[in-house]
Order: sequence, then structure tokens, then C-alpha cells
Amino acid sequence: MGFREDLEALRPYLLRYASLQLRNRDAAEDAVQETLLAALAAEAGFAGRSNLRTWATGILKHKIVDAIRRAGRERPLEGEDTSDDFDALFDERGHWHEHPEPWADPDGALQQKEFLAALERCLEALPPRTARAFLLREHMGLETDEICKALGVTSTHCWVLLYRARMALRACLEKSWFGK
Amino acid sequence: MNLSCKEATRLLSRREDQRLSLAERAALRVHLAICRGCRALSEQIPFLRRALSRYFES
Repeated sequence: MGFREDLEALRPYLLRYASLQLRNRDAAEDAVQETLLAALAAEAGFAGRSNLRTWATGILKHKIVDAIRRAGRERPLEGEDTSDDFDALFDERGHWHEHPEPWADPDGALQQKEFLAALERCLEALPPRTARAFLLREHMGLETDEICKALGVTSTHCWVLLYRARMALRACLEKSWFGK
Repeated sequence: MNLSCKEATRLLSRREDQRLSLAERAALRVHLAICRGCRALSEQIPFLRRALSRYFES
């Protein structure tokens, strides 16, 4: 296969990757399209170093951050409330109603396809802005002030989004995987 | 500084993103020593990052 075909074969993977983070089919398709064009233009820069998928994903990451920045500028006040849903986990003195239990063999879970599928479902269940903040931080490695800027939210809201993402994901994984 | 579990969970999230102050770290250490639930959470929150990187490389 030629370079162009190799790239084209990555499209479904890249689309799934972009959709998870952008939560918008059109925006995801645009980002993937821009990535494929940029990759084609940069063929000489690739020149067989590293893995094609890793390389293309690296380009896509930048396109996704750009798309999120644009969206943050366009609708900085998109409504997703800032109230704290996790208050319900604690009593009025701030103690757990039902405290978390240690998980059995979490590192073993990482080796299982079914676990990664459960994680994907949990990520998809996060509200869009919460998911974006979390992925920008944990996957793209942005610092929180960059995330606030990209999402067009205050820094307090940023901390709340990251906290909320982590608490929701752990609760979801406990329910769908570790609690079994 | 005596932390409630609710405050401890916020610090456990924030320390993934930012270096906590000396006082915050000390208070968290004391809290984790006595609180089983927050101790479990303190393992689970960093695990999310490992799980995510495994997910994206698969």
C-alpha cells in the first residue's frame, strides 16, 4: 500500500479518537480531514520514523486542541452547570455516606479488552465539557490554565470539571467493573 | 488543619494537576492515615491516568 492508502486506512480510528473528545460528528470529521491533509503534505517529514498511527494521532491531537479553542471562543458561556453534583456523596459534616473500597487488581484490568470497553462507555457518559477538560488534562497533558483558556471557563470551574470527571469516572468504573 | 473527606477528595484531584502547599500535603497525609475510604480513592484517582493511556494506545 502507498502512503495515502495507509493514511486512509487510519481514518476510522482517528474519527473514533476525535469523536470521543469533540463529541460532535462534524467537528470530528473536520479535524480528521485536516489531519489527513496535513499528514499527506508532511509525508517527507514522516519518512518511516515511528509508527504511522502514532504520528498521525500526534497531528490530530493538535487539531483537536485547536477545535476546542475555537469552540471555547465562540460559545464561552455554554450551559453546563457549575454546581457540585458530588455533594450527595457526603453527609453534612463532609464524611462519606458510603466510602470507596479498594479495587481488586486494577493493573490486571488494564490488560483486558472488556475493561477498556467499559472505560470507553464511562468516558462517553461524561458531560461533553467535563470530558473535554479531563482529556485535555490527562491525555493531551495541558496545564489547567491552558485548559481554562481553551474551554473559555474560569479557573475555579476548571478545577470543578476535573474533579467531577475523576469522581464520575471512578464511580462508573466501580459500578460497571470493579464492583462485580 | 483537619480535613473532612469531602475536602480530602478535592485535594486528591487537585494534586494530579498542581503541587499542593506544604500545609495541604500535611493535612492530607494525616487524613489518609485515618480514613480508609479516602485511602482507596487516593489509589483510584492516579489509576485513571494509567487506564486512559492504556486505552489510547490500544
